[in-house]
Amino acid sequence: MVSFVIDGKNVQAEGGAMLLNVARQNGIVIPTLCAHDTVARSGACRLCVVEVTKGKRTRIVTSCLYPVDEGIVVSTKTERVMNVRSLVMQLLMARCPESQLLKDMAKEMGIEPQPSFRVETDKGKCILCRLCVKTCEDVVGVSAIGLSRRGKDKIVGPPFMEDSVTCVGCGACAYVCPTDHIVMESTDGRRKIWGRAFRMKACDTCGRYFAPVDQLKWISKKTGTPLSELSVCLSCK
Amino acid sequence: MKKAQTMDKKVKDIIKKYYGDKTAMIAILQDVQEEFRYLPKETLSFISKKMDVPLTRIYEIATFYNAFSLKPRGKHTIEVCLGTACHVQGASRLIDRLERDLSISSGDTTKDKMFTLEEVRCLGCCSLAPVIRISGNVHPYLTQDELPKILRNYK
Repeated sequence: MVSFVIDGKNVQAEGGAMLLNVARQNGIVIPTLCAHDTVARSGACRLCVVEVTKGKRTRIVTSCLYPVDEGIVVSTKTERVMNVRSLVMQLLMARCPESQLLKDMAKEMGIEPQPSFRVETDKGKCILCRLCVKTCEDVVGVSAIGLSRRGKDKIVGPPFMEDSVTCVGCGACAYVCPTDHIVMESTDGRRKIWGRAFRMKACDTCGRYFAPVDQLKWISKKTGTPLSELSVCLSCK
Repeated sequence: MKKAQTMDKKVKDIIKKYYGDKTAMIAILQDVQEEFRYLPKETLSFISKKMDVPLTRIYEIATFYNAFSLKPRGKHTIEVCLGTACHVQGASRLIDRLERDLSISSGDTTKDKMFTLEEVRCLGCCSLAPVIRISGNVHPYLTQDELPKILRNYK
């Protein structure tokens, strides 16, 4: 156990725990976009910045990747932190002007878009946080999407931006996407994601469409459960 | 069918050369690119299957590095230096002329698959400005009038 100070409050935590988690456990609000419990933190969105004083040195760190240490002093709401955070927010807004979530967050934090930043028109709502890519790789295990190209041309999507052969249509990427960049359309018996349509399986008991056939096949293959056992939806089980 | 088989065979040999080591992916892609002058889509899928690396990962690498091309490339690559020295000496006129003569725009390949035109930054020989490099041969102190004659030598 280590003890340290957050916003003037004495706090104890397991050594090596990440600052963001500890702060949240102690009721301190730190905005984030890319932090999701199912995958490892990456520090991609940069919104979770806080100021940490360790010994004589004070610096800005991303709290999601900062392991807590004995005797550090953390401030989450100083002017310097707010300046950095509002710059990050303004850059994100310039990249994704359509994102309602970013607008709402900015409004809540009292941040106006920076008029001198040129607004992007072709980036959609993607902030390149890689959350979907990591979910697809680590949680689902199919690696159907990735970030391709580089720098300002970097985009998220399946290889060659074509129908991915490995995608199972589970929609986990659309679910974790913080800015709703990934669109998943579900109509009766069909689900469309990444430009590819998936046939849905209707529940044997209630007849409701509950999962893509490809996903059930994948789960069956991965866990060794026979496909017949997967033909009932969760609520009918 | 036959063509696809020889393609797979060649790629297989390249993978074998690196003992199927996943960390040698860049080297493998470089060898594939040298063999076919670009990275055909089928070879990437083949490598993915053979080496058990997700296609997304390979696509990430192939699109990240400028050295890799996913589009078919010509037999000769014309690299026109647009570094500061060459730029000042009028390299943009060389590009204009080449684009006109080959009727392609920069970054593209001619229909007969002979030439790929590319803009590059500094080639490291500013004293020779303006300079172009065709298939590794450096042509110094160029004026646009000399270009047709030089290109004829490569055909």
